[in-house]
Amino acid sequence: MTSPAPKLPVSLAANPRLSSWVRFTDDGRVAISPGKVEIGQGIVTALAQIAADELDVDITRIEMIRASTATSPNEGVTSGSLSIQQSGRALRHACAEVRQRFLTAASDRLGVDASLFDIDDGTISGPGNVSTSYWELAGDVSLDHDATTGVTAKTAAMRAVAGHSVQRVDIPDKVFARPRFIHDRALPNLLHGRVLRPDRSDARLIALDETMARNIPGLVAIVRDGGFAGVVADSEVAAEAASKTLGKGATWSAGEPLPDENDLAGFLKSQPVETTVIDTRTAASTTKAARTLRRQYIRPYIAHASIAPSCAMARWDGDRVHVWTHSQGVYLLRADLAIVLKLPAENIVVEHMEGAGCYGHNAADDVALDAVLLAKAAGSRPVRVQWSRHDEMSHAPFGAAMAVEIEADLDADNEIIGWRHNIWSNGHAARPGRAAQPALLAASAIANPYPRMISTNPPAANGGGGDRNSVPLYDLPAWTITSHRLLTMPVRTSALRTLGAQGNVFAIESLLDEIAALRGEDPIAFRLRRLHDERAKDVIRTAARRAQWKPERRSGIGHGVGFARYKNTGAYCAAIAEIEGTDDIRVKQLTLAVDVGEAINPDGVINQIEGGAIQATSWVLKERVRFDRTRITSTSWTDYPILTFSEVPAVDVEIIQRPEIEPVGAGEAAHGPVTAAIANAVYDCLGVRVRDLPITRDKIIAAMELAS
Amino acid sequence: MPTIQFQLNGAALAVDADPVQTLLDMLRGRLGITGPHFGCGAGECGACHVMINDHAMASCDMPIWSVAGKDVVTVEGLGTPEQPHPLQRAFISEQAMQCGYCVSGILISAAALLKRNPSPTEAEVRTALDRNLCRCGSHNRIVRAVLRAASEMATL
Repeated sequence: MTSPAPKLPVSLAANPRLSSWVRFTDDGRVAISPGKVEIGQGIVTALAQIAADELDVDITRIEMIRASTATSPNEGVTSGSLSIQQSGRALRHACAEVRQRFLTAASDRLGVDASLFDIDDGTISGPGNVSTSYWELAGDVSLDHDATTGVTAKTAAMRAVAGHSVQRVDIPDKVFARPRFIHDRALPNLLHGRVLRPDRSDARLIALDETMARNIPGLVAIVRDGGFAGVVADSEVAAEAASKTLGKGATWSAGEPLPDENDLAGFLKSQPVETTVIDTRTAASTTKAARTLRRQYIRPYIAHASIAPSCAMARWDGDRVHVWTHSQGVYLLRADLAIVLKLPAENIVVEHMEGAGCYGHNAADDVALDAVLLAKAAGSRPVRVQWSRHDEMSHAPFGAAMAVEIEADLDADNEIIGWRHNIWSNGHAARPGRAAQPALLAASAIANPYPRMISTNPPAANGGGGDRNSVPLYDLPAWTITSHRLLTMPVRTSALRTLGAQGNVFAIESLLDEIAALRGEDPIAFRLRRLHDERAKDVIRTAARRAQWKPERRSGIGHGVGFARYKNTGAYCAAIAEIEGTDDIRVKQLTLAVDVGEAINPDGVINQIEGGAIQATSWVLKERVRFDRTRITSTSWTDYPILTFSEVPAVDVEIIQRPEIEPVGAGEAAHGPVTAAIANAVYDCLGVRVRDLPITRDKIIAAMELAS
Repeated sequence: MPTIQFQLNGAALAVDADPVQTLLDMLRGRLGITGPHFGCGAGECGACHVMINDHAMASCDMPIWSVAGKDVVTVEGLGTPEQPHPLQRAFISEQAMQCGYCVSGILISAAALLKRNPSPTEAEVRTALDRNLCRCGSHNRIVRAVLRAASEMATL
């Protein structure tokens, strides 16, 4: 038996009113209202499973309500693989309490002791054929009460839905093309808007000739607010045409210079920084180092590159505005809009609608402000703004480039006795709603502009940013981990899946691999010897067994391993990569083992791990934001290629199910381990270490030349 | 403006349109057909694929004059919840997506493949889908779903 929770789950403590989470509707359904949002990860299905389980209703009766600042609990942002932890725990507890309140009411009405009732799909029945239901009792039971701590949710063994794979609730709509994406939702009287953006980085609009654009048929308004300019038209086609013509009349300032894309480390290490010692550990004994390995690892800027460009709609009604968005955080976006519009937050409703896959802080929030500003010129008609592919790939925030340098002190037996890990990187978070100044792009263009927000790092207690996963999980006798966050930001960065974890895990796991090779020790045995956490060892052993580690050596084939526990507090994941190649490589197979504690929807977890593994493979083999000294140049799929169907490896995932352990998220667990596994497989195959991502043909040849 | 006639999801259609307007703009705009998605506007991602005379093609950079007299099928024309196309059934069975934005274009590419090659190999499926990008990493599930649909169609 689990004992009653001593305190409420964090999301429930912040939003304790039960009715804000659960309602029984007149049509015999259950409305569940989480503050977290669907971003293509299947979260609403997992949350529906949790609610169905605790309430004992069929999952098909559950209606998942999209988050809105008008009605939903405020759960901050859907990020960091925290939705199952935060929303899942809150819902489990809230539903358990709701169930108990209804059982008490049923007991009062039917005169049967509450412990004798059974609930089956919402029907509450007891001895002697007495029965009622949630819906019959709904008038008697007020849920306008705050959650209490004295409730026990079901034990793992009692759960019938959570822990089992179910079909996702959103998938039928998507195969039958029923409008579900914000891009496909047509509001009545909808107008269309487009915003002018400079080609040169951070350039400012200094003059605008509107004459030609005024002649475009369908134009409703040209909007100008300082350096912000855009058009509103009665169709998308007209909006595109007007924006193109208006762009020809625009004069921009020279903008700010960009770094040399071929010397990211030189750039990152030459900027003013804020330096933080993340962790330090001193050895008990002081053996003198026989040698010190010093290695530098580079991760380039990475684009979100969602398949859909960002989109939003806004409609004004006097001094109130309603916004539809695929933002990860409706309340946080509202807070920033309130600053820019100088309105009380209550005047703004921000409502979520699904967008395409979201991998972090993309342009969803930026385009929402665009729509709000343009809609000012549309009376009470809603305006929809959709970014172009070009703008999406050049103006949305990127995942930050990183230079990671590790010095490993080795004794005479090549055992690690000291470890110094230094990270140079821009911050990995510049999300809206968290500062006194807005983070939204247009806020730095309007009249009386706000300065462009320089990205920072979340605190270590939240997993850190550039330093995420920089503290080894391995038992090393001494270490110092230091993060240098840039105080300049010529290339706009913010949160992208895993933040700094991909770069740090790549660096740590690559160097460990190198040291194991130096010792002539099997890299898995080497890792297991340095780990004391049994769950960590289990995922490594499981992946090794599944991949039949270590397969016999064959020419042209290489195998490598990578491991991490995401944020050192989340999901455990081990990956083994099999690659083939000579000077150009192909990833053939990825074998992963993962432990997320209780996997609520095991197939959903596998889907996330598979997806993460494939996306990481794309990052490692192909991806790098390109720029010259004035502008981002990788603004199309030709210039920013991602992995294609023919290039995707086979992916095999095993979940270590631990129903008794609180669940954690799966969306970011695979990237670091897969990155390292591929890099280590390249060494196994070709005998060279490529420490500069992406691992392309050119980088391999350069590494070979350096080695020879 | 000239009148352009074509078949859309089995029904004859005549629209007055600027002939250089794209097919995608016409579908999503005036005709309210939102299955084909805008992704890049340059025919590089496949999110807007429609079938034209049984070939999967990008509609985002295709002028509408070029479909005059042709047979255009969007994902809406593949099947319905009541009468799903085997591909739609298979995509649900295999849970073959994460966000699903790319899926309507992929269903069209796959349907066109199965018309000309009813029993493709896995490699042939991958090649046929190379013009469709997926960012979430659902590729392998999608390939499994297409193969599943093909084998189901073979036994019909």
